[in-house]
Amino acid sequence: MSIDAKIVADLVKNDVKLVTTVPCKQLAGVIAEVDRSEDIYHIPANKEDEGIGICAGAFMGGKRAAIIMQNTALGVTVNTLVTLTQFYRMPLPMLISYRGELGEPVACQVEMAVHTKALLNQLHIPTYHFHHESDAEELDKILQYTFMCNKPVAILTDATFWKGY
Amino acid sequence: MIRSDVLRTLVPVISNHFVVCNIGLPSQELHMLDDQPTNFYMLGTMGLASSIGLGVALAQSKKVISIDGDGSVLTNFGTLPTIANNVADNFILLIIDNGSYGSTGDQPTYAGMKTSLAKVAEACGCENVIECQAEECADVMKAALASDRMTIIVCKCESGNIPVSVITTDPVVIRDRFMNALKEANA
Repeated sequence: MSIDAKIVADLVKNDVKLVTTVPCKQLAGVIAEVDRSEDIYHIPANKEDEGIGICAGAFMGGKRAAIIMQNTALGVTVNTLVTLTQFYRMPLPMLISYRGELGEPVACQVEMAVHTKALLNQLHIPTYHFHHESDAEELDKILQYTFMCNKPVAILTDATFWKGY
Repeated sequence: MIRSDVLRTLVPVISNHFVVCNIGLPSQELHMLDDQPTNFYMLGTMGLASSIGLGVALAQSKKVISIDGDGSVLTNFGTLPTIANNVADNFILLIIDNGSYGSTGDQPTYAGMKTSLAKVAEACGCENVIECQAEECADVMKAALASDRMTIIVCKCESGNIPVSVITTDPVVIRDRFMNALKEANA
């Protein structure tokens, strides 16, 4: 099973029925897999805070939801994460491409990478970092944890994890 | 008519439906006029009433009305293409367009100048877009509810506010009672 298929299989196993995405080159494979899945409603968003709003609505409507996005957009989501997801205590798995790490060819991506974990830490968002492919073995448990504690939880996936660009 | 007058005429029409209400004065006014578990009040997060409402509509079968404002839609313009391309026939987006940012002191918005939100919604691909005047809003909403088709209503009204209290209900209580009401209605 490809890593993309494994990630989507874990989402399905954890009853995630709606996934919103904003594209990233590294996430293209997993987004395509989400789109192909018959168990998941895929709703591309134009901006990440919009996507988190849709996820909040889906959760209240009785369907588990998740967002797939790039770390460079974390700043866009701060107010929504704090005043919607956290204030109303809602679960939200956030599968995030961790641009700007080892192997990154674009210098500008590093500028957000150096703030990524600091921001997540400041927001008290439990954060997991997938560096080796085997790290993804924990995804199932991370998803269970997210829906147990009703919090946004970040899963950062770097270039080494995706085996380069 | 100002927004609170529009809401007053709407209450008998929307009271039995699920409502996601915009941050600030719109939520406070609805809370004052007709507080009930089927209302989800946004206490923060400007701009996302339409996104949250769409999410609720896509996840279950009961009708959902998002009450939004022109300023909030301008904040989250990306919502209109998403709504247009993910049709949920149990979803109605009501944009109360008073041409101003009411909750922050009635500063003018571009929707009150050259920008037509109804035309923007149409250009984004929304199929049932109705612009109406404040006096017509309740009838337009009745027809939209009866149509079983996703509808975007842009209701033009005058700018202005009434004195109203801040909502002090805990957000988790607001969310929990809304979810329970949805669950019960869908059972």
